[in-house]
Amino acid sequence: MFSEMFQKLWANGVIQMGIWETIYMTLISTVFSYGIGLPLGLLLAVTDKDGIHPKPVLNRAVGIAVNIFRSIPFVILMVAMLPVAKFVVGTSLGNQAMIVTLVIAAAPYVARMVESSIKEVDAGVIEAAQAMGTSSFKIVYKVLIPEAKPSLIIGSVISMVTILGYSAMAGTIGGGGLGQIAITYGYQRYNNDIIWICVVLTILIVQIIQEVGTRITHKTDKRIS
Amino acid sequence: MIEIKKLNKSFQTANGTIVALSDINLTIEDGEIFGIIGLSGAGKSTLVRCINLLESPTSGEVILDGKSLTDLPRKELLKTRQSIGMIFQGFNLLTQRNILQNVCYPLEIAGVKKQDAVKRAKELLEIVGLADRMKSYPSQLSGGQKQRVAIARALATNPKYILCDEATSALDPNTTQSILDLLKEINQTMGVTVIVITHEMKLIDQICDRVAVIDNSRIAEYGLVSDVFTNPQSKIAKELILPKANSTESVVGEKRLRIIFDGEASNKPVIANLVLDCQVPVNIMFADTRDIDGRAYGQMLLQLPDDARQQERVLSYLKTNKITFSQEE
Repeated sequence: MFSEMFQKLWANGVIQMGIWETIYMTLISTVFSYGIGLPLGLLLAVTDKDGIHPKPVLNRAVGIAVNIFRSIPFVILMVAMLPVAKFVVGTSLGNQAMIVTLVIAAAPYVARMVESSIKEVDAGVIEAAQAMGTSSFKIVYKVLIPEAKPSLIIGSVISMVTILGYSAMAGTIGGGGLGQIAITYGYQRYNNDIIWICVVLTILIVQIIQEVGTRITHKTDKRIS
Repeated sequence: MIEIKKLNKSFQTANGTIVALSDINLTIEDGEIFGIIGLSGAGKSTLVRCINLLESPTSGEVILDGKSLTDLPRKELLKTRQSIGMIFQGFNLLTQRNILQNVCYPLEIAGVKKQDAVKRAKELLEIVGLADRMKSYPSQLSGGQKQRVAIARALATNPKYILCDEATSALDPNTTQSILDLLKEINQTMGVTVIVITHEMKLIDQICDRVAVIDNSRIAEYGLVSDVFTNPQSKIAKELILPKANSTESVVGEKRLRIIFDGEASNKPVIANLVLDCQVPVNIMFADTRDIDGRAYGQMLLQLPDDARQQERVLSYLKTNKITFSQEE
């Protein structure tokens, strides 16, 4: 039923490796994107004019920087960031280099996701915390983050799926994973079944991420009883 | 004691400056329940937020026990806020924490050890009658229960003052009553000074010792509840205290009397005695009376029968019994 090429790739463990690489790149990139994006998002929400510590100039500057990175299409940003990848991990090829470009592309996106989750926190609850003498710093980690947690988890699932999509594109410039398999063995060698198998596998991974994320959100959100 | 001196607050908006409070002077004594009443938009919520400096006044002073809050460094201010509890119309509980953790929150902020905090929180939940719901989350409670948790939370740090911003406006009448009783109990047993913001006269009537009526960013009137209620001076106070006093204009043009109750013993059955004595069937068309410390205040509109002799009997009865009234045509 499948082509000879597929059987060969499966027997050699190339497909299995591709699945693993896609998952690995997505997870690591998500973690690092949040390492940068979470503080940036908090900064954007807190320094907003309606935030707990308004700093209009800083907010504007960070906002503009985030917008610039967000407005560059990923295929272009990915190529443009290869020198940065070389500087950070010593090579512009392979999964590690791709993780660097993925993080640069995803962190600003994550920052906006985090910002919007934090801004959803009820202003009344923040006011109550202030009335109890909570400092702005403590409001961030005792009120804003815990109260926004369910929304932050939903956001991280959305971000992860987006990063997974980006990681497939990274297959065109030397990254690994299912994207690279679909292009090298499927598209370039005219094996349509390989392309479709990669599509199905990607769909499955996305479904699993989504399902796990939804369950975690449901379990942790105390507003739903 | 909280002293508010020459306080002004204005907001800058895109449409120019909006004056929220203008020349407010108030003194709130220790141990009393002080009411601040006004229509919505009058500035009362801003005023209560100026007391703990959630809103910083444009000018003027807020002095708490002799200490001016307006010049306090931020750190000191945060510390001072811990001695002023606050409850809100929307309860504002932390949705992701359970009830016990919510009550522990102010103690965490104040740096109390976890064990002691939990112990204190449990005591407070006992007082507000929710000891059995400790592990519940706010979403699982009714409005009244949430407000009880909020009260327990406000009391956690042993504050001298509690600010209530429309604390019962989102509750039904029965629940409102139980929350008011709880506030009164706290005031009496713990000696906490309670400052109540409301637009409901009834609430002031029930629990407050003194009241300030605020209208158009200014204090229109201020004094003992019994004084303000019996003899409202300002237009706004009259409107709030004697609602619908003019709404009887449309009622038929027969002989009508307006009886004023201005402090006779509330247990005296004035109308019943009148009917029995004069043998005249009067019709009560409108009544708005209230009992303040055993005295009746308010007014009542009576419709008399067309018979002139019967009318005469009623009028002379009222005169001989020294009941204030006026004739309405």
